[in-house]
Formats: sequence, C-alpha cells, structure tokens
Amino acid sequence: MSAARDTILARLRAAAPGATVAARDLAVIEAQQWSAQERSARLVRLLRAVNTEVHETGAAAWPALLAELCVAKGVARLCLAPGTPVGKAAAPTLAAAGIEVVAYDRDVEAWKEELFFAVDAGLTSTVAGIAETGSLLVVPTPDEPRLLSLAPPIHFAVLARAAIGNTLLEVLRRQAYGDALPTNVLLISGPSKTADIEQTLVYGVHGPKQLVVLLTD
Amino acid sequence: MADASRQFHERIQQALDDPQIRANFRRAMDGLMHKRAAVFPDADELERLRDLGAAVRRNALARLPDLLERLEANCVRNGMQVHWAETVAQANAIVLDIVRRHGGKSVIKGKSMVSEEMELNHHLQAHGIEALESDLGEYIVQLAGETPSHIIMPAIHKNTRQIAELFVDKLDGVEFTADAEQLTAIARNLLRRKFYDADVGLSGVNFAIAETGTLVLVENEGNGRLTTTTPNVHIAVTGIEKVIETLEEVTPLLSLLPRSATGQAITTYVNLISGPRRPGERDGPREVHLVLLDNGRTASYADPETRTTLQCIRCGACMNHCPVYARIGGHAYGTVYPGPIGEILSPQLLGCDQAGALPGASTLCGACGEVCPVRIPIPKMLVRMRREAVNRDPASAFRDSGAQRRLGEAAIWKAWARIHATPGLYSLVTRTATAFKKLPVLGPLKAWSSVRTPPRTAGKTLHQRLAARERQS
Repeated sequence: MSAARDTILARLRAAAPGATVAARDLAVIEAQQWSAQERSARLVRLLRAVNTEVHETGAAAWPALLAELCVAKGVARLCLAPGTPVGKAAAPTLAAAGIEVVAYDRDVEAWKEELFFAVDAGLTSTVAGIAETGSLLVVPTPDEPRLLSLAPPIHFAVLARAAIGNTLLEVLRRQAYGDALPTNVLLISGPSKTADIEQTLVYGVHGPKQLVVLLTD
Repeated sequence: MADASRQFHERIQQALDDPQIRANFRRAMDGLMHKRAAVFPDADELERLRDLGAAVRRNALARLPDLLERLEANCVRNGMQVHWAETVAQANAIVLDIVRRHGGKSVIKGKSMVSEEMELNHHLQAHGIEALESDLGEYIVQLAGETPSHIIMPAIHKNTRQIAELFVDKLDGVEFTADAEQLTAIARNLLRRKFYDADVGLSGVNFAIAETGTLVLVENEGNGRLTTTTPNVHIAVTGIEKVIETLEEVTPLLSLLPRSATGQAITTYVNLISGPRRPGERDGPREVHLVLLDNGRTASYADPETRTTLQCIRCGACMNHCPVYARIGGHAYGTVYPGPIGEILSPQLLGCDQAGALPGASTLCGACGEVCPVRIPIPKMLVRMRREAVNRDPASAFRDSGAQRRLGEAAIWKAWARIHATPGLYSLVTRTATAFKKLPVLGPLKAWSSVRTPPRTAGKTLHQRLAARERQS
C-alpha cells in the first residue's frame, strides 16, 4: 500500500509548518537523585509494595538461598540459562538440593508444551534496577530468551545492589544503546497483576504469579 | 435533530436512569482520581513533567512526516515490515492478508484502541478467523458482546457480580464465584492455552520511537508480552500520531502515562520491541508487522488547533475527572473514545453528523484540561468542535461541518447577537424582562426547577440601578 504511504506523507507535508522544535529539557527527571543506600531502600520498598518478594543476600550466598526458596515454594523444575554467570552459579546448588534444572538451550518450538505447562520457575539475571519506580531492567538475550521471565509461574531475578540506578533515563544512558536496541528490552515492576474486575487488585493474571528478587551485595 | 444526536441523548437518559451504571462509575472514578492525586505529591514536579510531556509530543507532531519516515526506515532496518493505511478498511485488509498468508486460524489480541477503531474483531470473524481478546477487561467485554466503556479499564461498567454471572453464562463448566481472584484464575487458565495455540498476536502501540525503530507497550497483566512473544507473527496496529523522536523522550511519557491513568508509579511491564527474532535467539515472533493508520488523523493535523488533539497519549485521566463521564459512563457516547478526549476526537474522525453532538456533553468546567499530562487544551477544543458542529464551512477539514445546526437554536442566537449589538433594543428587552417577577417555567427549566428554586429576574436592570446611584451621589 505504498499509495497510502505517499498520500499520508503528502498530506502531512502540506500541513507541516516550518518545523519549530520545542526545547525538551529533561532536568526534571535528571533531578531525581538518591544516595546508593537510599536507592536500594527505595527499590526494595517499591517492589514490595507491589507484592514482589525481595531477599537481600550475598554475592556468593544467593544460590543456596535460591535452592531453599525453591524447596519452600515446591518448585520441582526450574529453567535457567546454562551459559550465563547466574545460570552457572545456580545449577550445581539447585541440583544438589534435588531440584531439576532445565536448560533453555533450544528454540522454543522444540519444547513449547513443556516450557508452558511443566516448568515451575525461571531464573534470569537483571541488567539494572531503577530506584525511582522500583523496576528491574531485564534484557532477553540468546542465552536468556524472552519466555524465561514470562512463561513459568515464578520468576527469580538476581540483581546486584551496585546495578541500581536512579531513573530509567540514567539507566538507559548508561547502557548507551545508541540507535540500535536489542530485540526486546523490558522493565518489570512486580508480578503480573490486574484490576479489571471492579478495581479489585489481583496478582498473577497472564504473566508470572510471583516475582522473587535476589538482591546481592 | 440528526439521528446520531438523538440516539446520543437517548443513551444519556438510559444511563442516567440506571442506578447500577451510575454507582459503578461513581465509585471507579472517585478511586482513580484519588490514586492519581496520591502519586503526584509534588505539584511543581508535576507541572514541569507536563511541560516536558507536552514538548515531546509537540515536537514529534511538528516533524511528523519526517519522523514517520525515520520510524519506517529504522523498523525496516530492524527486520520489521511496515504498512500504511489511509482508512480502517485498508488496515483491516492488511491484517487479514498477513493472517491468511500464514494460514492463521486464530489471532490473540493485546489491548488496542486502534483495533477497536477498525472493528477488527468483526472483520476477522466475518472471514472465519477467531479473534480473542486477552486483556482481562477486554475479554470480559468480548464475552458480553459489548464494547469497552473506558479506554484503560474496558469493563469498568460491570461489577464483580455481573462478571461472575457472565462467566457462568458464557463459559463451560464454570461455577458461580463472586471472588475476583478466582474469576481472574479462570480467565488465566482458559487463555493460557489460547496464547499457546494462537497463530498470530495482535497488539496496539503506546509509543513508537523513530530513532531506534522501537515499539513501546505498557501493561500490567503480561498478556501484552505473551501476545508479542509467543505466536509466530506479531502485528502491531497504531495511529500515525504515536511516534516520538528519541529513546530518551520516552522516559517523561512513561512517567506521566501510568500515573495519570491508574495512579501507578509504573505499570508492571514496559515492553520495548525492536524487531522479530534475530539469528541465534530462541524465541520471539519470526515476523513483526507495523500497521500505521491514518483514519482522519491527517485532517486533524491540517489545522494547528485541532492538531493538538493528536498529542494524546490515551491515559484516560480526562474521563476519570469529567463530571459528565462519571455520571453517564462510556457507552452513552456511542464512540470508541468516550469522555472529553472522545468528544473532541470523535467529530474529527467520524464527522459532525455522526459525532457532532458529543462536545455538547460538557460543562466546560476545565478539569480535563487541568489533568491532561500533555497539556491538550481540551476545553478550548470542545468549544472549537461545537462551532464546527453548527457552522457549515465548506473549507472545514472535517466531514459534515454544520450537521448539528438547528434553525430554532440558530435563530435564538442570531436574535441574542442582535439585541446585544443594538443599545436601544437591549434596553427595551432588559426593561421588559425585569417587568416579569419570575421567568416562565417551561422546557428544560421545568425539570430543573422541580428540585430547585427557579431563578428570578432582578427588579431593575443594571443600567437603571447605576443611573439611580449616579443621581444620588
């Protein structure tokens, strides 16, 4: 329908005046600044306010805590990325605790039924935390595909305290994506929720029912 | 009175006569206004954010044709396919063609108001393709065979009991429960299989970033992510006005949209999609299509005043704060977009014969303009669209300008103007009016005064009183 394209663009061009560009001053967002301690406290508070489980733990201690949480939650099968630092750190500890580790190492088509209906939890790393809104910046990769944080009913996310930034703007600037973003970039702020039934807040609609953040030092 | 206008008034009366509708909306709108106020505790910050949000949107519109071309080029570079449609018929044909090319039997849908504009579900169903809404509110509305009554909360007109009864009535093997959690679980289980099976996922777009060729979607349920990740093909439909220039500029809009809409600091998910599955990636759609729809927007764009309507980011704050919307609800408007934004947008998209009466459903109290996160001058536009509706102007960019003109009303205003422009006549009329102690209780005044004291005319005109005062001093 390139005829439609030409018509639409021609109409817009006929109407566009000498495009005066309004100043866009991002100072009101840049002004949102907290100390490292405040950032971390704010993130934890905001995440918990939307039903996220946050566990503050150590850089070496988190796999054991993850295994404990899996046992407590009745997670029998956990999916992870075998090639990432997070996946490598977690796999042996989970296996030792009797939890079946499922590697996301195939195209989804090869095991869609299993991923959708027979995996209890997914484990991902987190690129950054955002103090302003209590959000996780999660960027799916070939190692950590999109459905890893989406299809299983529980999403475990490992976040280093040092990776907590002030605002989305700051975190995006730090990533320096330029004009080429990864296929999918996500902000996740809590477990899936809805208020579509008479404004009653209910967690766990279509996405994960639980979001568990392991905040490491 | 034109048919559409008469039907509008009939629907308003029906809504006002329905205590359930009034109670459901009153409670919901009160809640939303309080939640919004609570997440904007700093009035100064809010005003600065609104300035920024308005600047981002105005900048994007000022360079709309250039930015659309950049968006297209970058989306194509990212592996997406971009389609343009002047009309909803063209857009529907594009979507149908894509679905058919993939031998698709079922389409799972994320929330999209543009697809409501297109009446896409009907179009697909008429061609033997199942189109299933997955946003819980949209799912409820679809089960009931209705249309959304609010752009953010489609099923806000129903209470829990009504939804529970609907589920029992329409879904197999569902027992009555008035527990929102259990109702949500029922929908989750039913729709999970549908996400899994769907051939095509269809979503809207909240913002399209020209610089990076990125589609931004905000949502809480995860249905938007599943819709755009699980099926082999993702089709996004959007109006041509949704484009913004840079990635950084999305940050103020993401700060304004969820807070203005539902009083959330941020939605559970913000999803930035820049293309289909790339080599080596394990999941995601193989094809991503972007359909850019005009449907009257270029006409709005042609006039600098109506162009401001296109700044809208569809948060719904104007309807949440509208005293008329809160009383009559979304269905009374009879259009895809209700409330103040719908009152100014619908006549532009549909013409003044179909929607010219809508801007009349306002007290011009100005609340919509005060809460608009991107500073659309909605009250001013309401007056503008009222003028379009009653003045036949062959140069008007909108269909059927003047369609709401009524001879009686026009004659009254002509006389009014004449009286005020002719001092002798003005004096005669005001003196005559003061001779009546009470106004005749007729027409709308009759109903109005049934529960209020009818207004009385002053004993003397202002001119007479001033003249008397001068004589005394």
